[in-house]
Order: sequence, then C-alpha cells, then structure tokens
Amino acid sequence: MPGSSEVKVDPDTGLLIRDGDNVKMNPYDLFALETALRLKKEKGGEITVLSMGPQAAKAVIEEAFAMGADHGALLSDRRFGGADVLATSYALSQGIKALGDFDLILCGKQTTDGDTAQVGPEISEYLEIPAVANVTKIREVTDETMTVEMDMPNQLEVVEVAFPCLLTVEKDIYQPRLPSYVLKKATADRKIPIYSLDDMDDQDENNYGLSGSPTQVKKIFPPETNTTQTMLEGTAEEQAKKLTTTLADLKLI
Amino acid sequence: EKKKKPLKKERWQGVAVYVAQVDGEIHPVTYELIGKAKELAGKLHQPVYALLIGSQVQAAAKELQHYGIDKIFVYDDPKLARFAIEPYTAVFERFIKQNKPNSILVGATTVGRQLAPRVAARMRTGLTADTTILDMDAKSTDLSQIRPAFGGNIIAHIVTPNNRPQMATVRYKVMDAAPRQEEISGEIVEKKINEKKLVSNEKIIDIIPKPAEQSIESADVLVAAGRGVKSKAELDQLKELANLLGGQLAGTRPLVENGWIDVRQQIGLSGRTVRPKLIICVGISGAIQFIAGMDNADNIVAINNDPKATIFKSAHYCLVGDQSDIIPQLIADIKARKGE
Ligand SMILES: Cc1cc2nc3c(=O)[nH]c(=O)nc-3n(C[C@H](O)[C@H](O)[C@H](O)COP(=O)(O)OP(=O)(O)OC[C@H]3O[C@@H](n4cnc5c(N)ncnc54)[C@H](O)[C@@H]3O)c2cc1C
Ligand SMILES: Cc1cc2nc3c(=O)[nH]c(=O)nc-3n(C[C@H](O)[C@H](O)[C@H](O)COP(=O)(O)OP(=O)(O)OC[C@H]3O[C@@H](n4cnc5c(N)ncnc54)[C@H](O)[C@@H]3O)c2cc1C
Repeated sequence: MPGSSEVKVDPDTGLLIRDGDNVKMNPYDLFALETALRLKKEKGGEITVLSMGPQAAKAVIEEAFAMGADHGALLSDRRFGGADVLATSYALSQGIKALGDFDLILCGKQTTDGDTAQVGPEISEYLEIPAVANVTKIREVTDETMTVEMDMPNQLEVVEVAFPCLLTVEKDIYQPRLPSYVLKKATADRKIPIYSLDDMDDQDENNYGLSGSPTQVKKIFPPETNTTQTMLEGTAEEQAKKLTTTLADLKLI
Repeated sequence: EKKKKPLKKERWQGVAVYVAQVDGEIHPVTYELIGKAKELAGKLHQPVYALLIGSQVQAAAKELQHYGIDKIFVYDDPKLARFAIEPYTAVFERFIKQNKPNSILVGATTVGRQLAPRVAARMRTGLTADTTILDMDAKSTDLSQIRPAFGGNIIAHIVTPNNRPQMATVRYKVMDAAPRQEEISGEIVEKKINEKKLVSNEKIIDIIPKPAEQSIESADVLVAAGRGVKSKAELDQLKELANLLGGQLAGTRPLVENGWIDVRQQIGLSGRTVRPKLIICVGISGAIQFIAGMDNADNIVAINNDPKATIFKSAHYCLVGDQSDIIPQLIADIKARKGE
C-alpha cells in the first residue's frame, strides 16, 4: 500500500496516483506481526511474511525481517494488478498454498487505504479454514487449538478455534516493537522469493487482477469539504432549540 | 482460456437484508437497511427479503413483520445461537442459492464485517465496504455504491456489473430507518438446514460483558469544556449533556491543570487526537494546540460568548452566547425530544 493516507487523484483520469517508491508497511499489520513474534517466542515455530505488490513492496518484507520475521515472499505479477478485495484475497490465498503448510495466518485489522477490513475473512474462505476477527487478546495456545477474545459491541466472546485458522487482530493487541538495526544488518542479504502467476496452483488469469475483480470503480472524487458555517442565532432559548433540531437532523439524538 | 458464463441478471431478483441480532435482539442498523432495501427494490418492482439466522428468534421474526418486508426467511437452530463464521456462512450461502437476490445489504457491525466478506468470497462476488449512498439503476439492475476510503480523503463510486448477488455493507446511522407500522405484513418462511452444514471448528467458551468504554478517542460524541466553564456545577451539567448524547466529557489543557478533568480527557497536541461524529466545544478559545486534536470531527459545534473567538473558524455550527444560559436549555430540549 502507499506510505501515507494523503492521496492524490489524477484530475483527468480520476485514478489514484500511487507513488511507487514510497511503500510502507500498513500500520495495522505491525500488530499482526508483533502477535506472531510473541507467539513464536512462547511456542516456537517460524514466521513467514507475505505481501502482494510491485517489486518495491520488498521493502515491507525487509522491514518485517528487521523486526524478527524468519521468511518472506512477494507475490508480484503485472497480472495481479488492479485487484479488488476478491481478487486480492484470491491471489494471497493461492500464494499461501504455494508456500506450503501453516498453522496460523495473522492479518491486520484493515488497511489505511482501501479501508475495507475484508481481505482477511475472504482469504479464510478460499483456504476453507475457520477465522476469528476483532481479536483483542490471545489467552491460550495448545498444539491443536488457540483460545482468543473476540471483540463484540457489548461483549467479549472467548472463542476456542482449531488449527489451521486465520485471525485478524485489533490494533493495540500488543505494542509493536521497533525494527532492530542489528537484525536489519544481519538480514540484509536474505533472499525474498518472488511468486508470479506461473507459480500458482490456479493459473487461470481470469481469476486474478482486474479481470478477477467483480467490483469496478466508476469514478473517484474528493469529498465535498464542508466550508459552510451555520450561525445559530437568537436568545439562549432559541439557540438551544435550533441546536437540538440540528442534532436530531444529523441523527445524533 | 476458459470463458466465464454470461450472467443472466434477470434470474436474480429482490433486495435482501441480513438481520443483525444477538440473543434475539435486533440491531437497529437492520431497520435502516430495510428502509433502503424497500427503496431500491421499489425501483425494480421486486420484493424485499430479510434473512434471520439464530436460535429462538420467533419474536424477532414477528417484529420484522411491522416493517413491510415481503418475505422473512428464518433459520432457527440451537447450533446457530451465537455467531460462528462457518455455520452462518453455510446458512447464508443456502439462502442465496435458493432465492437468488439481486442485492444484499449487511450492517457493518462486528459480525457483519466478517460474515459479509466470507459470504462474498464463497459466492465469488463483489462486496463494497461501508457504503454511504446506494442507488439502483432500474435498467441494468446494477447497484450504484458510493463509499469513502483513505480515511475519508476520497470517495469512490463502485459498481458490480457482471456478478450477482451485489453485496454492500453499511454502517449504523448512515441510512434512514424504515418506520414501524402497526399492522403486520409479509410472510415468515421457516427454513431448515442439514445439521451437517452447521459444523463449526470454533467453540464459544465464555461471554464476558464489557465495561463501558472510557477512552475519548473511541467516543462518537464529545462535549469539550474550556476555561469558559467557571464552576464544577457547570462542568457537571456538561457531563450530563454528554451522557444524554451517549458521549463523553473531554476538555482543554487548563482544565487538566486545575484538576477538573483527567489527563486522559485532554484533547490536543499534548493530549489525545479525536475524530468523533460530533464535538460540542463549550467556552473554548480555539488555540491551535487544541484545534490540532479535533479538527477532523464530522460536526463541530462551538459555544462561546466572544464572537471573535478563533474556535468559530473551525466550527460548523456557531452559537455566540453565554454557555451558562444555553447549556441548561439545551439539556431540557434534548430530554424533551427523547421523551424523558
Ligand atoms: C476509494 C476506493 C474504494 C474501494 N472500495 C472497494 C470495496 O469496498 N470493495 C472492493 O472489493 N474493492 C474496493 N476498491 C478496490 C477497487 O475495486 C480496486 O482498487 C480497483 O479495481 C483496482 O484499482 P487500483 O488502482 O487500486 O489497483 P492497484 O493499484 O493495482 O492495486 C490493487 C492490488 O493489486 C496489487 N498489485 C498492483 N500491481 C501489482 C503487481 N505488479 N504485482 C502484484 N500485485 C500488484 C496491489 O498491491 C493491490 O493489492 C476500492 C478502490 C478505491 C480507490
Ligand atoms: C506546547 C503546548 C502544548 C499545548 N497543548 C495543548 C493541548 O494539547 N490541549 C489544549 O487544550 N491546550 C494546549 N495548550 C494550551 C493552549 O495553547 C491554550 O492555552 C488552551 O487550549 C486554552 O484553553 P481554553 O480554550 O480552555 O481557555 P481560554 O483560551 O482561556 O479560552 C476560554 C474561552 O472561553 C470563552 N468564555 C468565557 N466565558 C464564557 C461563557 N460564560 N460562555 C461562553 N464562553 C465563554 C472565552 O471567550 C474564551 O474564548 C498547549 C500549549 C502549548 C504551549
């Protein structure tokens, strides 16, 4: 994803202008990675980070190495470009299958660009594994299961889920560590394998990228900025009445 | 290369609403989606469906009959008592395959936000997240979906022209709720599903009620107090106002310094950054260090007796006057409107 939430829109084409050199890890994914690092410390195992994007996205995987991830892989292929949630999730699930066996997939809550929070649940469907979203806490991990707390509006649900499974973790589940300079130097030469469509089990181009995307963006535009100001005038009594009506109109009462 | 089968759009009819419920209690976003579904289906002259999944939800189904839905499909089973992704997805899939709705609206609740994408992936169809405007093109039967992204910095108009069903999630308090009617209408269709489909690899071990959320960052409504609030009694009134609006009390740094509010309630550069739906700033001058922490709020109301106060530059609604006169009136009016 692009490094900042300040987006530029091309005024002629209405397409996003993405700055290829400025790729950063999605901040929500830092919490997923930190969760993985804690689980590894407690239970052992190995951590692989997977990302999809142009070659420049390697930088994100290198950042994960500097935090302590063991392996990384990048799904990169022109034919993956233009993907919406469905096609992105599909490509990622194919990539996960290509990487081999796993016990646990950890995802961040959402991205700060598309902002849909849909990719994690869709991957779990393609992998046909159970999934728990809104995870705020990990209580216990055994060989076969893990017990987690799922955040619901008025309650916390304590859920025991069998491996292999997928979790999307909330921001603040753990405080993410900073990348370590020592690790960064030590992993500088670590190879990041690139996977293309030709490495996937399903090589039907129609299921990936733009052609595999059911949603189409017809148009994007900046929000109308609300520069309009309303003066609520009159006596204190009248002002209070006007404000009450305004709040009701805004569905805030 | 395999060619995709051309879509027969006319086979997909009706607009369906997923009923968000926990322990038989219907989440109000459901009524908002029903209101929108009726409008969309009306443009196509097609029926409105509700999908109700749970255990012992007969009363909820009957309640839905007051909202002008054509068919309420009920999947009632003890195994569906609490949300679990695998059985709920299986039921949802069955509903879609049997009824082939043109569009499905799902509330963006904690459940809807995980269930909708899982179902969309199973149906290999598109899902637009957090839509704010929905419209139906009667000719193409395509759903026009508008949503903000990039933290609200851009708005996208999204369509799903070659797949059915078309799916969208909608947040609570975005659409207008369908009014409840005295008379009942619509048919309750009770459905059974094969037990084998209800297998889950998840077990709910415990349900813990949550203590009320206290952080000002997560509040939808904030009442912020500044030095124009002169006494503890006035501050208590603002707390009452915040409670009435389902929100929280916050304030400027001087109020933290004199011990009237907790440091965790301070908005601003050296405090918290907030982005509520509504912030009412009472007796606050509008120093840049304060503004930096709140100027992304959706609706900013300022109450200040100095017409030249800087806060008015950032406010959407401006009330020039003495807060100690306005606030008690405001509390009385809101109470009256809420019927308290
Ligand atoms: C404001 C907005 C809101 C949206 N909301 C939704 C929504 O609610 N639901 C939904 O399903 N879709 C949504 N989309 C997605 C939309 O359908 C897609 O973004 C669009 O079809 C693709 O355009 P893009 O320019 O973003 O694609 P891209 O910039 O190509 O990005 C799409 C994906 O492809 C990857 N990618 C790009 N190039 C490569 C490459 N060479 N190798 C590997 N991977 C690559 C990217 O990393 C990214 O994950 C939204 C898009 C926008 C702009
Ligand atoms: C490095 C630094 C960091 C800072 N960080 C923060 C921060 O994080 N948050 C923060 O809030 N401040 C911060 N400050 C302080 C900031 O500069 C201001 O001093 C402070 O915000 C002012 O608070 P106020 O608006 O409550 O008070 P004042 O500036 O005294 O304003 C009071 C207002 O109330 C109005 N008023 C008076 N009586 C009434 C009445 N009866 N009815 C209606 N209106 C009335 C007055 O007209 C006036 O506009 C910081 C300052 C520095 C230097």
